[in-house]
Amino acid sequence: MSAEQGPSQAVPGSGTGGVRAEWPLYEVFVRGKRGLNHVHVGSLHAADDDMALRHARDVYTRRNEGVSIWVVQSKDIAASSPDEKDPMFAPSNDKVYRHPTFYEIPDNVPHM
Amino acid sequence: MTATDTAGTDPLQAGFDATIGHGDRIEPRDWMPEGYRRTLVRQVAQHAHSEIIGMQPEGSWIGRAPSLRRKAILLAKVQDEAGHGLYLYSACETLGVSRGELTEKLISGAQKYSSIFNYPTLTYADVGTIGWLVDGAAICNQVPLCRTSFGPYGRAMIRICKEESFHQRQGYELLMTMMRGTDEQRAMVQESVNRFWWPALMMFGPPDDESPNSAQSMAWGIKRNSNDDLRQRFVDMSVPQAQALGVTFPDPELRWNPERGHHDFGQPDWDEFMQVVKGNGPCNTQRIAHRRKAHEDGAWVREAATAYAAKQAAMATAGGAA
Ligand SMILES: [Fe+2]
Ligand SMILES: [Fe+2]
Repeated sequence: MSAEQGPSQAVPGSGTGGVRAEWPLYEVFVRGKRGLNHVHVGSLHAADDDMALRHARDVYTRRNEGVSIWVVQSKDIAASSPDEKDPMFAPSNDKVYRHPTFYEIPDNVPHM
Repeated sequence: MTATDTAGTDPLQAGFDATIGHGDRIEPRDWMPEGYRRTLVRQVAQHAHSEIIGMQPEGSWIGRAPSLRRKAILLAKVQDEAGHGLYLYSACETLGVSRGELTEKLISGAQKYSSIFNYPTLTYADVGTIGWLVDGAAICNQVPLCRTSFGPYGRAMIRICKEESFHQRQGYELLMTMMRGTDEQRAMVQESVNRFWWPALMMFGPPDDESPNSAQSMAWGIKRNSNDDLRQRFVDMSVPQAQALGVTFPDPELRWNPERGHHDFGQPDWDEFMQVVKGNGPCNTQRIAHRRKAHEDGAWVREAATAYAAKQAAMATAGGAA
């Protein structure tokens, strides 16, 4: 099951226990250039980690889109569920003082 | 915007409608109406299959490309189409369908792909015409889909659109080169354009008044423009390109309409379109047979890789225990 899939959406035939044995699903993260975080770009199927990396290189970085790739099996990703969303993400919205626009700076102060 | 009749009665539906109404994206773990999911699976799968089957008409010219340069370009283009298929399969899988299921539905004919790929590539000029007109029409369809309401589909479209402009430009440049050649080469380009013009117009789907699912798809933000609007946009873009190239389109009704500020043009043969969609186009059988054979011929590779991975994992476990 993809990390992006809802828990109620079973995937018939995927994984080793399904009707059809498929290679496991991997999520792919690419670092666009030095100084940036790895960003999720999509997923792919591969028999093992090495193959997942090689396929990720061919599928997601044919035009220098990245300097580094992470792959991780989708089943190993823990993700918040939609129900938890509010309490989980609320603090960042409550605490408006985290945002730079919370602070009023006079117009004559440059480069702020 | 009200996405469905039941809006407001059910909190899940109301949340979904509000997200669509704000122009926000729906993400895979969100609740979504079953009809929305089903429509997306059908559309994204059909789109993915089109990229995969779309490798065949041009792929057949890789071994016959006239120079190493053209061969390298064509190989890169066809490889890109495989990549596009994979981005879209990956987006489709987030809707809870497996890759194996999608492949099976393609080779059993349960899911469709774009009718354009059921036409043969009879001459080398077709490689250029496909890049110019077929990828050009695809770009017209795909650019608005970058803002489609389902997140993974929109993100796949953004990646794809970045690569498509190379496809269109290499095709147009190929045709320009042929147009600078002999009379025979120019005639070959014109003949190719004559064959592909109408099928390219069909790529936008049936006219709006015969496209029953379009209204719902637009209310859900899956589709952003109507079939006829996109077709018009494509015609308006293509006419000056044809002039610059020195070819004509095989449509006696095609002319600029100053009142509308658009070109008037004739309708493709929609009976032919329906026949091709039903499986009776010139190459339907061949395309599916080829895809099925590639899948079946690859079975031993997939099995060997699985066995190798299992063996490596077992060795790693044994090594760790020792
Ligand atoms: Fe493509
Ligand atoms: Fe393309």
